[in-house]
Amino acid sequence: MIAIIDYGLGNIRAFVHVYNQLNIPITIATECDGLKKASKLILPGVGAFDNAMERLNKSGMRQILDELVLGRNVPLLGICVGMQMLARSSEEGHLPGLGWMDAVVKKMTPLNFHDTHLPHMGWNDVQPVIKNSLFYDFGRVSRFYFLHSYYFHCNKNEDVLALTDYGGMFTSAVHSGNIYGVQFHPEKSHTCGIRLLQNFAEL
Amino acid sequence: MLRPRIAPCLLIKNMGLVKTVNFNNEKYVGDPINAVRIFNEKEVDELIVLDIDATTTKREPDFRMIENLASECRMPFCYGGGIKTAEQALQIIGLGVEKIALSSAAVDSPELVSEIAEQVGSQSVVVVMDIKKNNMNGNYEIWTHNGKRCIRKCPIEFAQQLERFGVGEIIVNSIDRDGTMQGYDYTLVDKLRKSITVPMTVLGGAGSLKDIGQLICRYGIIGAAAGSLFVFKGVYRAVLINYPNIEEKDALIEDNYRAS
Repeated sequence: MIAIIDYGLGNIRAFVHVYNQLNIPITIATECDGLKKASKLILPGVGAFDNAMERLNKSGMRQILDELVLGRNVPLLGICVGMQMLARSSEEGHLPGLGWMDAVVKKMTPLNFHDTHLPHMGWNDVQPVIKNSLFYDFGRVSRFYFLHSYYFHCNKNEDVLALTDYGGMFTSAVHSGNIYGVQFHPEKSHTCGIRLLQNFAEL
Repeated sequence: MLRPRIAPCLLIKNMGLVKTVNFNNEKYVGDPINAVRIFNEKEVDELIVLDIDATTTKREPDFRMIENLASECRMPFCYGGGIKTAEQALQIIGLGVEKIALSSAAVDSPELVSEIAEQVGSQSVVVVMDIKKNNMNGNYEIWTHNGKRCIRKCPIEFAQQLERFGVGEIIVNSIDRDGTMQGYDYTLVDKLRKSITVPMTVLGGAGSLKDIGQLICRYGIIGAAAGSLFVFKGVYRAVLINYPNIEEKDALIEDNYRAS
């Protein structure tokens, strides 16, 4: 069963809606008990980095998550800020990230992203750079909805799963072992998003 | 490539959807959840929902309705109406809304924008500026409380102030063009686009996809929002929810965006 981690942020019900439509069982975990039977995890997130980290740390689920993800290799998909939390740190905040991936989160600036307005908001193309089941069976276009001003920077090139162009390329999907992350919002990206969430369920 | 956004804007009054002309003459156009379901099928880029009598009737946002709408939306959802405090904003974001829109509260205390941005991130904080041209002196003026109260602030200075306070997006709504379907007010948009760099969405006046194309042609990456265009069909304004399909939308953007 997929468990969606509910620490008070992110569109939990939108994920439930999508998975209900796909007839894929899903449970909402607000405490450790909800996580014990999870075969897959989704870590959603919106808002500021520190606020998200603080809420997750206070949720009482932090320790068991570390064990499930690092100890028992349960597949996890981090979404938007939930992806950024996988990193060691973020320029948006002071709190350390989960550090599950060798990466840091940086601010998009006009220096590295030219002629652009921030936040990066709207529908953009996602180009997978390696073959991965998360992007299985995508058609001509993989278009997803983005809403962010910070981006995920992998220290290891091989962790980069997909790229997106916003006046400069940035990493829009990552993968390392059992851990996945996407910068965009699949739960708000119509058919492409539904397909990606289904792919994650079928990994 | 990032694309310009084409977004329906729905107005809510007494739990129902309405459409106005110059912020008056509300016409009932249907049920909000039903409209969201149709817009899901049509794969709209984004949906803006504004509760237009929350502030005027001094009511809190209707959290239950917002939650129902947010969970139904398979596209990004921006909610505005009656938000006065950071707590309310945070609560609404927690219901699964991507962006919250302020209007009178941001006019009264622009610091609220940064207070909310610190907690939910700038990207989720939107300010709607309802703007009307003063026919006596030709100046643009900001109005709040559903167009009932005039604020003595220059829209450009206010927009720049909002940018300094960390707003993530500004929706420019022309009261003069609202519901008229006679095209966007480019004079107004020109002035604002030149003065700020945050993403902008333009609302008020779109009468055809051509108007949307023209907006994209002039400004490139921009949000093109419309009410009447996506809820009415034909000269008699029969209620029919509509939106360009993917091919039409791609063609519209390709024809105009490349040219910009």
